[in-house]
Amino acid sequence: MEILPKMPKSWNPATKPHKFCPGCGHGLVLKALGQAIDELGVQDRLVFGCDIGCSLLAWDFFNVDTVQTHHGRTTPVMVGIKRARPELLTVAYMGDGGGYAIGSQHLVNAATRNDLITCILVNNTTYAMTGGQMAPTTVPGQKTETTPYGRDVEETGSPMLGPEMVAAISHAGAYVARGSVGRFRQLKNCLRKAIENQMAGRGFSFVEVLSTCPTNWRTDAEQTWGFLEETMPKYFPPGELKVPGGKEE
Amino acid sequence: MTGNEVVAWGALAAGAEIMYGYPITPQNEIMHYWTRLGPRFGKKFLQTEDELSAGFTTIGGVLAGKRAFTATAGPGNVLMQEPLSMAEAMRIPVVVVVQQRGGPSTATVIYSQQEVTLTCFGGNGEGLRLVYSTAFHQELFDYTVKAFNAAWKYRFPTFVLADGYQAKMRESLVIYDPAERGIEMVPSEPLVGKPGMPGTDRPPAHLRNAFSVEEELLAALGKDIEEYEAAAPEIVEADAFNAGEAGLLVVAHGIVFRSVAMAVRELVNQGERVGYFRPITLRPFPGAQLREAAQGAEQLLVVESAYGQLNKLVLENLYGSGVPVRTLFRPGVGITPEEVAEKCRALLAGKEG
Repeated sequence: MEILPKMPKSWNPATKPHKFCPGCGHGLVLKALGQAIDELGVQDRLVFGCDIGCSLLAWDFFNVDTVQTHHGRTTPVMVGIKRARPELLTVAYMGDGGGYAIGSQHLVNAATRNDLITCILVNNTTYAMTGGQMAPTTVPGQKTETTPYGRDVEETGSPMLGPEMVAAISHAGAYVARGSVGRFRQLKNCLRKAIENQMAGRGFSFVEVLSTCPTNWRTDAEQTWGFLEETMPKYFPPGELKVPGGKEE
Repeated sequence: MTGNEVVAWGALAAGAEIMYGYPITPQNEIMHYWTRLGPRFGKKFLQTEDELSAGFTTIGGVLAGKRAFTATAGPGNVLMQEPLSMAEAMRIPVVVVVQQRGGPSTATVIYSQQEVTLTCFGGNGEGLRLVYSTAFHQELFDYTVKAFNAAWKYRFPTFVLADGYQAKMRESLVIYDPAERGIEMVPSEPLVGKPGMPGTDRPPAHLRNAFSVEEELLAALGKDIEEYEAAAPEIVEADAFNAGEAGLLVVAHGIVFRSVAMAVRELVNQGERVGYFRPITLRPFPGAQLREAAQGAEQLLVVESAYGQLNKLVLENLYGSGVPVRTLFRPGVGITPEEVAEKCRALLAGKEG
């Protein structure tokens, strides 16, 4: 008898297999999120918002009410829903371009206002769907379509440290963490805590997730894993940066 | 009271529940009054970081099922075209009050009619919006109430297009409960967060405005355009006076219409063959009504505080009628009844062509 891997209950089976490229990390992030939603039993009151970029491919991923929005604008849409209906749980799902470049003002201000929403930002160090241009998170020396000779920090700056920024500007009750698709169990715990933080009404919740993009990195399986596990953590150390009441893991 | 205060009371009368806004002159007092009314009537407000956010949070409020609105002007209206394009494409009934100011961005904070094209057709789309152009404070109240009804009935972004003069000047009005006038408010309803387990008790809401192929977009847009065109005849509103008898028909909207109305009535009292036509909805445009009013007119005069934004709509809707169209354009500047009357007299005397 063939035993199939178990899908999270909150996934929409009709849209599987999903539309992400082979080797893409989005499937793992969304699996971790699906498991967190299942464990918390919040499928019926969670609204999932996805940005433009690869994250928009998640518009029908879950059996959860979902809104696909514009470049960088998922955060304000989720803020708008939450302000109007505080009993709903809202999750804004975006990439590094949407969250750190075009939509950074929304991230900064939602964090500052301590809006009771959960933001999940997938960091794959590149603008993936747009064709592999430099992102705020592109690491020094990394080749992209707009840094064909490698990112020169003298010219274009250094990789953006999103969770460190959010931890610095957010207030009491905020939850801030950085996970990785390479550490699935830890990632799921972070996402679960981020939603629990919203359920408890404590404050803004933000999780950056280190993720893979073999298509735009032009890497094989081994190189992809090496970049995720060895190169990325040098610039983006995983772990919890801010936990209400302390005790970061 | 001032026009901005009227809008806040109008939104209250319409049952609006939450306003999302960002300060910009000359609409600020809408927020000021709304936030003062808030605690007394259990209304919510969020001051956002910019107009992009104000537009997108308003979308969120509407998705959540609330009568949500925002207000803006000038450069804020420019920024808001991005969320409004989304609202247009996804049929999200947001209500926006625009108090026009002169462009670009910092040109003047006071007054203009230069946001007609932007409000009717701005953004990346086809301009499937409802735009009511008000002229009096009573209309600011009436059409703010109406905007919430029309938005939720037709599910297109709906605008009350006024201006800096209307925003700031004081005029008397009658505040009323719509129910007492037999106005039944179209109920709002949530588009996300409905009761029940999505995927089990009900289909999940999967709202998107990105399509994989061109034909998919064409099909979605085709349906919206068809519904917009079908609803347009019952949405359009216009006002006309002495049109059938007029040798000269003057066309104006918004506050400029008030100068036109005064001038035309004075000229008619003096025995001149003049009339006026005022489009109240600029989108959809009352084209059939304009053509009917223009029938028999020897010439038209379009008067506006912009360089031909209303005129474009007039010409498009009059195409083929052959009536010569004259213009009095004062971009970003108010127009007095005396100026209109002078221009009319010159045209009637055959002095200007």
